[in-house]
Amino acid sequence: MLCELCGKHQATTYSKTIVNGEYTEMYLCSECAKAKGIGINNIFSQTATDFSSFLGSFFGGGLPSRTSATRCKSCGSAFTDIARSGKVGCAECYSNFYEELLPSIQKIHGNIQHRGKVPTGASAEVKRKRDIEKTKRELEQAIKEENFELAVKLRDKIKEMEGGGNHDSN
Amino acid sequence: MTATEKWYEKSGEQGDVVISSRIRLARNLKNYPFPHLLSVQQKTEIAMKVKEALEQSNSYIAKEFQFISMSELSAAQTGSLMERHIISPEFANDRKGKYLLLTKDETVSIMINEEDHLRIQVLTEGLSLDKAYETADKIDTLLDNALGFAFHDKLGYLTQCPTNIGTGLRASVMLHLPSLQSSKVVERLKDNLSKIGLTLRGTFGEGTQALGGMYQLSNQVTLGISEETAIENLKSVAMQVIDNERTVRSQFCKRTETQDYIMRCLGTLKYAVLMSNQESMKLLSAVRMGINEKLIEEDIAKVTKLMIILQPYTLIKNAEKELSPTQRDLLRAKILKETLT
Repeated sequence: MLCELCGKHQATTYSKTIVNGEYTEMYLCSECAKAKGIGINNIFSQTATDFSSFLGSFFGGGLPSRTSATRCKSCGSAFTDIARSGKVGCAECYSNFYEELLPSIQKIHGNIQHRGKVPTGASAEVKRKRDIEKTKRELEQAIKEENFELAVKLRDKIKEMEGGGNHDSN
Repeated sequence: MTATEKWYEKSGEQGDVVISSRIRLARNLKNYPFPHLLSVQQKTEIAMKVKEALEQSNSYIAKEFQFISMSELSAAQTGSLMERHIISPEFANDRKGKYLLLTKDETVSIMINEEDHLRIQVLTEGLSLDKAYETADKIDTLLDNALGFAFHDKLGYLTQCPTNIGTGLRASVMLHLPSLQSSKVVERLKDNLSKIGLTLRGTFGEGTQALGGMYQLSNQVTLGISEETAIENLKSVAMQVIDNERTVRSQFCKRTETQDYIMRCLGTLKYAVLMSNQESMKLLSAVRMGINEKLIEEDIAKVTKLMIILQPYTLIKNAEKELSPTQRDLLRAKILKETLT
């Protein structure tokens, strides 16, 4: 079978893409697969990333064995159900299968931290967590630059911030 | 046709290339599984909650909504909603338990129980993503206060498909790219866009044809990027595509052969007795380009509107009776004759 993209070379790679629940299948030659970023490792570099092809290996790389018996407490989905259908069962699944879902999420978005709108109800707590994370990054930077005076101040600030609300469950 | 003007009856900013702008927010209620795991009864329950939340809010926009049970619509009515981009092709399938809230001017629609519990969508003419987002954001906040949407502090808004988590935002612009289409630039463009997290698709999304040179340009990434940045990125890339289309278009239209082609298209539209949808889209696309390049004197909004209302389902819906394919082709040709001067 010839490559569906260039139509010239023998297809060696099979790519399956899921976008919004719609499947696209493609047989590609090694050159086109490489050009589309399939099978290479620099998947997190923003500029050279073909996002659509990464969805191809959506839940690929084998299923984690330890979760096969675990079911979501809320909707009863097992991770194998999610991996098979490409559909997450409910909002709670994201917490219950957080570790299992994270690699796919990283592949899809190149990121694992939300930076957009926060619902009014959740906003105070989320803002506090974000501020703490930001200050922690500043602290790392200060240590790197050997600015210890600032580092001490930032460390105290973080302590104070972390004491100011419910403790981070994660 | 009502007195309220629809988005496709107006020409907006960058209207020579940009037909419309769309903002879509995917949202889910906290205490229900996602729609594919819900019974019809649960789906209806959710729809009623959303309807009530809107009715009980004091927002002026709430009064503009019509509540539609999708299973009560005819095939033509459903198909026409899809042709007018009010609902997704997926929403038109298996309509049991699916509901739609739609404003009179067809600008705001809320699809209930599509892939997610709610798909809040705002559709406006021309390049107007900021305006569309502002409206969508207001409705989102209003409904969130009443219903409580599923949200995770790291992953943002939670959706059935992980490709939508984070902002749940899909921003898109409908672009008329006849020149880039015929010069085959579009295919190369698609590859480059996918590298920067954007996608260029056919008229009705993934895997559909770009009838009459109509393409959808939209963002792919929803996690790790704010709504504002996603929209800014899309806008700036859209402007590059628009400039490109304009340059190729003006070069293209200087050629006598192109001018001849465009005028022949107009002639066929005006005098044909039978006209298929495929053909009318193709001809109207050329005429639309001719108007923009001042080869034809005609109202651009009129042509855009024709491209919408001459589609098969919308034609049947407006005629209020069943039409065979031949009857449709006859009626389409008749409307064209009456509309084009």
